[in-house]
Amino acid sequence: MVSLSSLTIACFIGIPLGTVLAIKRFYFRKTLLAVINSLMGLPPVLVGLIVYLYLSRSGPLGWLGILYSPTAMIIAQVILIAPIITALSNQIIEELHEDYRDLFLSLNAKPMQAVFAYIYDSRYSLLTVILAGFGRAISEVGAVIIVGGNIDHLTRVMTTAIALETSKGNLTLALGLGIILLVISLCISLLVMWIKSFSKRYSHV
Amino acid sequence: MSSIASTDHMFPIKVKNLSLEIDKKILLNNLTCELTARGITVIMGPNGAGKSLFVRCLHGLSKPKNGAILYGKLPVGASTRGRQSMVFQSPKLLRRSVIENLRFVANLNKKNDQNLLELLKKTDLSLLKDQQISTLSGGEKQRLSLARALVSNPEILFLDEATSSLDPRSVSIIENLMEEIKLKNVKIILITHDVNQAKRIADDIIFMNNGEIRETGLANDFFSNPQSQEARAFLKGDLII
Repeated sequence: MVSLSSLTIACFIGIPLGTVLAIKRFYFRKTLLAVINSLMGLPPVLVGLIVYLYLSRSGPLGWLGILYSPTAMIIAQVILIAPIITALSNQIIEELHEDYRDLFLSLNAKPMQAVFAYIYDSRYSLLTVILAGFGRAISEVGAVIIVGGNIDHLTRVMTTAIALETSKGNLTLALGLGIILLVISLCISLLVMWIKSFSKRYSHV
Repeated sequence: MSSIASTDHMFPIKVKNLSLEIDKKILLNNLTCELTARGITVIMGPNGAGKSLFVRCLHGLSKPKNGAILYGKLPVGASTRGRQSMVFQSPKLLRRSVIENLRFVANLNKKNDQNLLELLKKTDLSLLKDQQISTLSGGEKQRLSLARALVSNPEILFLDEATSSLDPRSVSIIENLMEEIKLKNVKIILITHDVNQAKRIADDIIFMNNGEIRETGLANDFFSNPQSQEARAFLKGDLII
């Protein structure tokens, strides 16, 4: 649920932002893109630490009281996933924009109409971006363990459970959980491949 | 294509001292001409003459450095562009099905879907209406581009080498459709390299070379007695750049 929630929020931020950055020209656009691209490689532990500092009792957002809660984990994961979704969707839409720019100008399409058309026409490719973001979310451990605290039945997820069981020496359970995670990851990869081939066959997007 | 809007305010099209530079290279140099409301104006000239750029300026897709384009009293812009359509040299289509491409323009222009099937029939695409555009041939894509351009009932239709590299059947379908819409008082401005096509359909000619208009006039006069040496060379097939 944590991964799905953070993925949904990251998509609502990343896809429109990536689209706007692809079709609008303004000062500092390239700088902004460079920053977003570099954020794709953010170390999860660092994100966890920063979110922790903000949400801890003495931090600026400490009054919210959400440290060691699923909400804090979602915030950390959104910070990790949103740049990936923004940057990848920007690349896809920019390619489409090469084809559509003159057409939309000629048709006097309004900016919002154009944005919806870009997102709609690249939906299959964007789906692979979303799944890539989901893959990153479910495999992430560094940030969620810092801000979630790995509390049983509250903020313990599969990756943090594996880390805990390994540290306890309970390697059989850790390995079992690892295999389940691997199968989930493999299923996602297969789904991405299938969607890619489907999109090539039906829309060339 | 049921009815065409009034053409009172869009004509004549006056081009005054139009110039355009890109990277300090003069691509259009001091173009001046006047286009009347009726008929098919064909823009001819060798490669690199500036024909496509000129049409882009007329449609408001490229901004000139100097000069003005007036549709009646209206300066070129979004308001004039909304009453025009353009068919590009390489078909620019949404990555959707044939009918969805037409529906997109119909929705933008708040038109109902009723005449879309009629347009598909006229462009011989009825059987392909649910196909994705990636499965269409070049000729089918260009016919679809023309059908889409007509969805908004334009007063002016620009065609930028729309029939180049098409098979004779597709060329014939597009030319027949052009003749049909010309009768409905739609002004057509067409770029072509095909002298025979220009002879078949042109009412008047603009001949360009090196970013300049070298000759304008009625098609019959132009083909029977071209005034400029370059036009004579072009018609003989000698002017190649």
